[in-house]
Amino acid sequence: MSDAVANHSVHAPAHHEELGFWRKYVFSTDHKVIGIWYGITALLFLFFGFSLMMLLRWQLAYPGQPLQLGWFTKLLGETRMPQGIMLPEFYNQLGAMHGTIMVFLGIVPLAVGAFGNYVMPLQIGAPDMAFPKINLASYWVYFIGGCVMLYSFFVPGGAPQSGWTSYAPLADIASTSQTYWLVGMIFLITSSLLGSINFIVTIVQLRAKGLSFFRLPFFVWAQFITSFLLLLAFPPLEAAGVLQLMDRVAGTSFFLPSGLVVSGQVLQNSGGGNPLLWQHLFWFLAHPEVYVLILPAMGIVSEIIANNTRKPLWGYRTLVYSIIFLGFMSFCVWAHHMFMTGMGTTMSNFFQTTTMIISIPSVVILTSLLLSLWKSSIRFNTPMLFALAFLPMFAIGGLTGLPLGLIAADIHLHDTWYVISHFHYVVAPGTIFALFAGIYYWYPKATGRQMNSFLGKLHFWPSLIFMNGVFFPMLLQGMAGLSRRLYDQTIYEHGKAVQPLSVYISISAWLLAIAQIPFIINFFWSMKKGKKVDSDNPWHSTTLEWATPTPPPHGNFIEPPEVFRGPYEYSVPGEDKDYTPQNERDTKNKKEDA
Amino acid sequence: MNQVSYKDWLPYPPNLSVHGPQIDQLITVVHYVMFVLFVVWGVYFVYCLVRFRQREGHKAEYHPAKGKIAKTGEVAVIVAEALLLVGLSIPVWASWRNDFPPRDTALTVRVVAEQFAWNFHYAGKDGVFGRTDVGLINNTGNSLGLDMKDPHAKDDIVTLNDLHIPVHQPVILELSSKDVIHSFTVNVLRVKQDATPGMMVPIHFEATQTGLFDVGCAQLCGLGHYRMKGQITIETPDQYSKWLTENTPQGGN
Repeated sequence: MSDAVANHSVHAPAHHEELGFWRKYVFSTDHKVIGIWYGITALLFLFFGFSLMMLLRWQLAYPGQPLQLGWFTKLLGETRMPQGIMLPEFYNQLGAMHGTIMVFLGIVPLAVGAFGNYVMPLQIGAPDMAFPKINLASYWVYFIGGCVMLYSFFVPGGAPQSGWTSYAPLADIASTSQTYWLVGMIFLITSSLLGSINFIVTIVQLRAKGLSFFRLPFFVWAQFITSFLLLLAFPPLEAAGVLQLMDRVAGTSFFLPSGLVVSGQVLQNSGGGNPLLWQHLFWFLAHPEVYVLILPAMGIVSEIIANNTRKPLWGYRTLVYSIIFLGFMSFCVWAHHMFMTGMGTTMSNFFQTTTMIISIPSVVILTSLLLSLWKSSIRFNTPMLFALAFLPMFAIGGLTGLPLGLIAADIHLHDTWYVISHFHYVVAPGTIFALFAGIYYWYPKATGRQMNSFLGKLHFWPSLIFMNGVFFPMLLQGMAGLSRRLYDQTIYEHGKAVQPLSVYISISAWLLAIAQIPFIINFFWSMKKGKKVDSDNPWHSTTLEWATPTPPPHGNFIEPPEVFRGPYEYSVPGEDKDYTPQNERDTKNKKEDA
Repeated sequence: MNQVSYKDWLPYPPNLSVHGPQIDQLITVVHYVMFVLFVVWGVYFVYCLVRFRQREGHKAEYHPAKGKIAKTGEVAVIVAEALLLVGLSIPVWASWRNDFPPRDTALTVRVVAEQFAWNFHYAGKDGVFGRTDVGLINNTGNSLGLDMKDPHAKDDIVTLNDLHIPVHQPVILELSSKDVIHSFTVNVLRVKQDATPGMMVPIHFEATQTGLFDVGCAQLCGLGHYRMKGQITIETPDQYSKWLTENTPQGGN
């Protein structure tokens, strides 16, 4: 991969040389190929992370009972599930790795790595990313990080088990695999940093002629703000990860205070560190990270809603200002994750006020999307169903954040299932539904074929029902005061009282897995047998990604596109069709009598 | 006793502390606000889905909705949040964090968490905690490293997973941890506070009913996190002083 090739592919997209198999499909610098790699890898990790949780739900539904699944139980082995009975340390491993994998290896790579990579350059009319080789590097660094994380399951003592938050001192003194977790995180963070710089430069530098910032599709804005969040929030965690690594391997005490006594033995460490420092550094990343998870989802949903309501998005500029404000505020709320650490009133007043303030732009975004439905003409295709379901699901996720953000109410709800339900409503039926919507929506562009709409609906309706079957009862369990992360909840009286709900949740989770089968079948079947698209623009969309050949070749556009208008010119009065693409010249397609 | 009781349509555990009702009131009011918002959005949403579905002869309107009602709604949300914050959350937290009862009327107990148990340290009859030293900690009866050469230590009571407090008397707990972060939680008292090594954080509450309840750990602290359960016995002042006398070590008058 010499510079010559990279330059060649950027400047002369239509006439690039034939590349060999490896360069074309595996080590390609084409943003679309990289995006698809990201997507496939992330989907596999999502499924793996979900599987961990399905296993964990067995213990929660039927604590201490053996899981009799023949060879599968044997495979898990004596150190994890002797005779099929889950050990507490394995339970903690499943919980920690579910969180880590879903956030860092599943959703972020899918929302940013896959959709951002594939769609964003097309939407801005660019031939590729600004730095195609850095793009390729960011995928492979992510891949290595994922392998390190997976390998941690096989080291003595089992996978990391200190939660996805890895709070010190617990993580400092945890078994070997925590070191792998930290090394894995350093790779994943490096990957995100490489990606985010690339995204920012691409959006600033490579927009098509006429594509001003306020003509950018909202999805591009969402990726733009997300990239800034990644770029600014991840370095503190990378630093914190290195510090924790030093605590573990070099005998430092960044997060270890003096006088620790573990299992009756005084810990021989230099001391003087502070466990809360880790929490501050971690949440300074991890709160913006929540918005890294949700902003691309909002972007996808907005595209699909505009397209399928056949109407411009309501308040495009309001939406843009809202996510800019959301991105900024996301750096000012992190300590609301630490309300129960013993915070004084000055700190708590600041952080609960900022937390209430950050809810406002979310309300504005939701309101704008709802107003976009007014006097529209709604097409209920599969992507639209998922995009529409995002709205009430995200609403529940957002609303349940209110009692958690008010510190006095948080005394009762902190570290309970209420919290789990809250953020899963945002991320699972919220973000994951948006990601499904995106897959159904852009699949025809990537493959030239539509996904089957019957299978799509067979995927959507059960998923919607079982998602709520999983997460709604958790609100009730949390309200009853049941703490999260308990290996056996029935040890507590109030845990026994709400135990029937745990059975119900687990069954819903397993049914949710079955509900994904139509999607998996559809995804592969449609590649070969799906209905061929009748044009390059099967959804009759306005944005630039539909102006490319299908699927787009390396270099994307036949000739550099030029943009004449905003992104969502649907149902313009006087036009003979109900969409006016961004790259269409003004004079064409007017009705004779207009 | 320690179960779920529906109150205001929400599945709360029983509420047996003086400050607890304020917390529940806030949670209830927030949920009413959430419920109203969700229903209003939901009704509008479903109406749109039906009314503006694509069909023959129906076309989308290019011009945006006026959105006046929506803007009013957004302002209402801001006002509601501000009221909840300033009217309920901030004052309740301020009194929880700052308005400690005077030390002479309150019972003070030190809580030292460890993997996976709660140590409760009472000052005893003299009201002064004996000196402790991590160097003196051993697994054979001195889990807190109490220095028995200190005269104040002689009458100190240390219990494992067994907290006794009198009803209707303010209690101050001073929380710390020997190893990792734990979180002291008693649902029925609406009490929760992390116990962090290297820090000692005080909390206060007053129980309004007697009974036996669970003390739980709310922060993941290792493989035994789930069984880090203690018991809190809220008893009458007479029962409490009897317990205190019975448990005072010999030689500690």
